[in-house]
Amino acid sequence: MIGRMTLPFRILVACLYLFLLAPILIVLPLSFSNDTFLTFPPQSWGLRWYAAMFNHRGLIDALWTSLGIATTVTILGLLAGVPAAFAIRRHEFTGRDFILNLFTAPLLLPSIVLGLAILLVFVQARLLGTYSGLVIAHLIVTTPYVIRIMLTAFSTLPPSVEEAATMLGAPPLTVFRRVTLPLMMPGFIASAALSFLLSFDEVVISLFITGPRMRTLPVEIFDYVESTTDPMTAAVSVVLVAATLLIIFLIERTLGLSKTVGKS
Amino acid sequence: MSSVATAPSASPSWLRGIPLVVVLMLLPMAAINLIAFVLPVVRLAMISFIKSRSGGVLTDTYTLENYVDFFTDRFSFELISNSLVLGFGVTLVTLVCSYPIALFLHRVSPQWRNLLFVITVSPLLVSSVVRTYGWMVLLGDQGVINGILTSTGIIQTPIRLVNNLLGVYIGMVEVLIPYMALSLIAGFGRLDIVYEEAAASLGANGWTRFRRVILPLTMPGIALGCLLCFVLAISSFITPKLLGGGRVFLLATEIYDQAVIQLEWPSAAATSVIVLIIFGLALALYSRVAKRFD
Repeated sequence: MIGRMTLPFRILVACLYLFLLAPILIVLPLSFSNDTFLTFPPQSWGLRWYAAMFNHRGLIDALWTSLGIATTVTILGLLAGVPAAFAIRRHEFTGRDFILNLFTAPLLLPSIVLGLAILLVFVQARLLGTYSGLVIAHLIVTTPYVIRIMLTAFSTLPPSVEEAATMLGAPPLTVFRRVTLPLMMPGFIASAALSFLLSFDEVVISLFITGPRMRTLPVEIFDYVESTTDPMTAAVSVVLVAATLLIIFLIERTLGLSKTVGKS
Repeated sequence: MSSVATAPSASPSWLRGIPLVVVLMLLPMAAINLIAFVLPVVRLAMISFIKSRSGGVLTDTYTLENYVDFFTDRFSFELISNSLVLGFGVTLVTLVCSYPIALFLHRVSPQWRNLLFVITVSPLLVSSVVRTYGWMVLLGDQGVINGILTSTGIIQTPIRLVNNLLGVYIGMVEVLIPYMALSLIAGFGRLDIVYEEAAASLGANGWTRFRRVILPLTMPGIALGCLLCFVLAISSFITPKLLGGGRVFLLATEIYDQAVIQLEWPSAAATSVIVLIIFGLALALYSRVAKRFD
């Protein structure tokens, strides 16, 4: 009896999960509405708004911009974050805690304040509405997570493993390729995936620094939702949720694979 | 923030103690941090003291005017109280909604736990714009809930569920549940079934066991989750902006309006500093509360 879960408790939890998932699930049926305006239940069904979405120039341009920025941010974030995490985990130096706190501090700042602060600097540096400006701003959002994940990854890899390989006569590059890299792979994949998703979904900071010619997808959707209520956003949402699920599924597969590779 | 502001000037003294290879490994990250974090925060603090002429033109004069303007405007107090009430209210409702989920995840068998855990955190990976749009679809006058209620004849005219404070509450609680649930689960480690069994054998009934055993043991997780949700609630912008329909005025929406629509950057910067001060106070309150539970 103690700690058992009664039926009313199970029903309550089921209702709470329904509440949590409702806004994500509801866009699926509505994306197949053929109505001009948002109505429920839809008067007619079809793929009209999926077609409209692919013919919407602003949306498609913004999609390519976001994909490009997220890819650049993911690569640069790993190139900057991984060595920083390695230095912090493997080397003793004065001010190490200060550096770690400084590198992860942007997590604590509300993005509305960070967005304004970045705007104030970027307007002087002429980085507003530019590709490089958006990349730099997104990097400050993603790199704290890269550093956190890689710190954990490096702490699960004791130096003795690499030392053992070196003692058995493996040259440094071979040690890195055959020992360090395979053991680090889950950390790399997790950091890369999270960076890509965070950059691709970032909206508050982007709202401050996008220009009329350089807009990311979430900013485009935000403006569209604010001005128009037709079912096209539902179609866009379904595509985005499906893409996110696909990425998570792929990571689950590759992470599982890399774990088995690491064991054998 | 003062320690951050003094960082660049302090660098030569501590740089001597760091090997070159470490400096090279930290350099790219330090550059990003400087350009997109340290400089912007310093500039934000400075601009909050700069006098601006009409049309948002910045001058070279430093002044307290932006803060004086803020605190002499009745509207500012409305913004602060709206944000604080929303922050506390949303945090409380989120806690009440998340606690059963976390307790369920703590007690459910391991093969279900992993799946349900993924479902609980998966909304975090969906853009907040998409989730907020989902609520606009559900709660709108022509939306799903009103559609069902009117077509079944329960109500004649649609109920106003959105473009008001109620809509903002519903949307924000849903957006924050995963954060609260994660914090609660992290703090549930100390909750062991043997304590409840011991309490039961001493004659405590279900409610007493919850109040005297479960709740005190899970208090650290509750404190952490409440801090996180409060801080996220008073700084959130997308959900209040879209679900409030321009009728809900908060510090976060005011910062955006001042900066992007009115181009009054010094006022926006001053409002941001006020938000950061509220953040600092919340953090101080948390550390006092957290100390008591340890």
